[in-house]
Amino acid sequence: MRKLSLIIKREFFAKIRNKSFVIMTFLSPIIFVGMGFLIYFLNQENDQNAKKILFVDESTIFSEEDFKNTTSIQFTDFSGFGIEFAKEKVVQNDYFGVLYIPKSNKPKEIAKAVTFYTNDTPSFELTKVLERYVEKKLQNKTLESFGLDLQSMITSKIEANLKIVDFSGEETSRLLAGLKIGIGAVAGYLLMMFVIIYGTSVMRSVLEEKTSRIVEVIVSSVKPFQLMLGKIIGNAGAGLLQFTIWGFLLFFILSILSASLGVDMFEIQSSRFPQAPLEMANNIANPSEMQLLFKEIVRLPIFKLFMLFIFYFFGGFMLYSSFFASIGAAVDSETDTQQFVLPVILPLIVAVYIGFAIVIHQPNGLVSTIFSHIPFTAPVVMLMRVPFGVSWWEILISMLILLVSFIFMVWLAAKIYGVGILMYGKKTTYKDLYNWLKYNCF
Amino acid sequence: MDYLLEINNVVKTYQNYTALNGVSLKIPKGSVFGLLGPNGAGKTSLLRIINQITTPDSGTLYLDGEKLAAKHIGQIGYLPEERGLYTSMKIGEQALYLAQLKGLSKVEAKKRLHYWFDKFDIAPWWNKKIGELSKGMAQKVQFIVTVLHQPKLLIFDEPFSGFDPINVQTIAKEILQLRDKGATIIFSTHRMESVEEMCDEIALINKSNKILDGKLNDIKRQFKTNTFQVGLKTVEFLEVERYLKDNFDTFPANFKLVEDCLSLNIKLNKNQSANDLLQYLMSKGEVQHFVELIPSANEIFIKAVNND
Repeated sequence: MRKLSLIIKREFFAKIRNKSFVIMTFLSPIIFVGMGFLIYFLNQENDQNAKKILFVDESTIFSEEDFKNTTSIQFTDFSGFGIEFAKEKVVQNDYFGVLYIPKSNKPKEIAKAVTFYTNDTPSFELTKVLERYVEKKLQNKTLESFGLDLQSMITSKIEANLKIVDFSGEETSRLLAGLKIGIGAVAGYLLMMFVIIYGTSVMRSVLEEKTSRIVEVIVSSVKPFQLMLGKIIGNAGAGLLQFTIWGFLLFFILSILSASLGVDMFEIQSSRFPQAPLEMANNIANPSEMQLLFKEIVRLPIFKLFMLFIFYFFGGFMLYSSFFASIGAAVDSETDTQQFVLPVILPLIVAVYIGFAIVIHQPNGLVSTIFSHIPFTAPVVMLMRVPFGVSWWEILISMLILLVSFIFMVWLAAKIYGVGILMYGKKTTYKDLYNWLKYNCF
Repeated sequence: MDYLLEINNVVKTYQNYTALNGVSLKIPKGSVFGLLGPNGAGKTSLLRIINQITTPDSGTLYLDGEKLAAKHIGQIGYLPEERGLYTSMKIGEQALYLAQLKGLSKVEAKKRLHYWFDKFDIAPWWNKKIGELSKGMAQKVQFIVTVLHQPKLLIFDEPFSGFDPINVQTIAKEILQLRDKGATIIFSTHRMESVEEMCDEIALINKSNKILDGKLNDIKRQFKTNTFQVGLKTVEFLEVERYLKDNFDTFPANFKLVEDCLSLNIKLNKNQSANDLLQYLMSKGEVQHFVELIPSANEIFIKAVNND
């Protein structure tokens, strides 16, 4: 144990004293915020250059009031000048495009024939906005022709707000679904990032000992398995420290910027990840809903979530980084690692894909259930499922499978590691790795 | 005799290749034991088994009467042939780390390290990194780390590689001093002159088998051919030469003498004694040179390997 802790300490300090580690720790949050800022301001800049659009209405149904200017679109009525003149203006690049409403008194015909002439490719949003304006006016016109009073139509409009109650009788918030997806997605994504960044760091550390030829000196004092474990834990520690610092720095920088610039920086960050549920949340959020959500957050099994997060996070990291360690041991230089790294990372990428494509829609569907039990994908997939509620026996089975396969895989990886660290000058193949497993090394 | 390490019938195979084929050795306490053999003979495999880096397929090892186990790691110091130091760590720091891995407390390790660093004149390098050191200095640091925890058994695999002749002398002196203080030393090398100088006993491994072992002097005795180099200053030159060639196996001389002499290598058979030969020579002139040919470790090595 004393030796293991010595190795962990050395790995940890060797890692955090590394110049590039220090630089990345403090630079990354700044770069991250800077990128957010850049995107935000570029967006703003984009919005300020409002698109100038002409409209030519030959039906005489529309007026300027029907085309309300927004920050991104400005309408000008060119009905008096005729479509040909308006088109010319667009060709001369004075205007983005011209919306042409043909002469007719039948709204359905107009709806079919309405045209937008432009040299550019209008964005999806712009076409939607134009369509909505036209539809709204034509719909009102039709209702009027039926002799209905528009004002009473508006007042008669009723919005149903579905309350969701679980069987404990508590009212739950619909926003919670979004929150759960958020928690699951962040956890799964964090794990993937963590494994890739610090798993390769374990690999590099093994490779360094091998190329500097110190490894045989060390394994004459400690078991290769201890050395490998020490490396994995030491690197995980350094990684957690770096993640924590990133978290604090990000929070700190964003708080300062929010306070000094009066910009809600947290919103900038979240706007970078367009998420349907958030949009939904914005649409339906009202004070009572927010209160409900808050109550729900408090009621989430935070402790259980946290413990499971820790278990799957470490289980996943240990499983993967032991493979990275054995890759480092099997090869002689970093360039040779490529052929082995891809097959290791692949299941991780698959897990994240499945997580985002399937789990967030059907957290308890068949695919989600299967992949949350396969040890290579379980850490990511199960972490994404957990906030939605997974039965305890399912979690238990998944944890058990992960634990057993973790022990088996670490043993396997340690075997490759034990043989590999003492092999020099030969390019290792998959066949070699298989043969090494049969060696009687420790 | 008291043995520190007993190796009984050790077998180690890799895939289709046998690295050690039933090797047995006994290493006496307080001796320098030379483990010799051509490249790929199985020396490193054996050293790794002694250090418990790998385990044998079969066979047993005893250290000081006890079956070799994990607890003995602290009683062994190993300087492997493939050795190095961390490039990113300061010299003193990593020496401290390696010493602690061998079971020393930090305080004790520091004390001993300072003693050795002063002894080898490398104290100013404590805070340097390996890139700033010459190869010889790095080797000194590795030597220190190997012996620092005062193990009963010291294993040096090619300890002199990378050293200049002056440093070789320094290290050789230290190794012999460690032996005199009671350590047992296994010394694996290709440098036969250092074997002559340092080893009390040797074992020769070739193609996974031990082909020779014992006291260096006994082996030399076993390999000597009863051949004498003879130099005689005589006036009866031709007569004596003819007599010697008729009565003994003679070979042309391969040594040089200052005086103008009759010089020959003479091999005696079982019935002939050196004294009789010497008496005859003395009666015929002035004996300038009379030396028995003792094979060098190098000659024994080459002969044994070629005969195997």
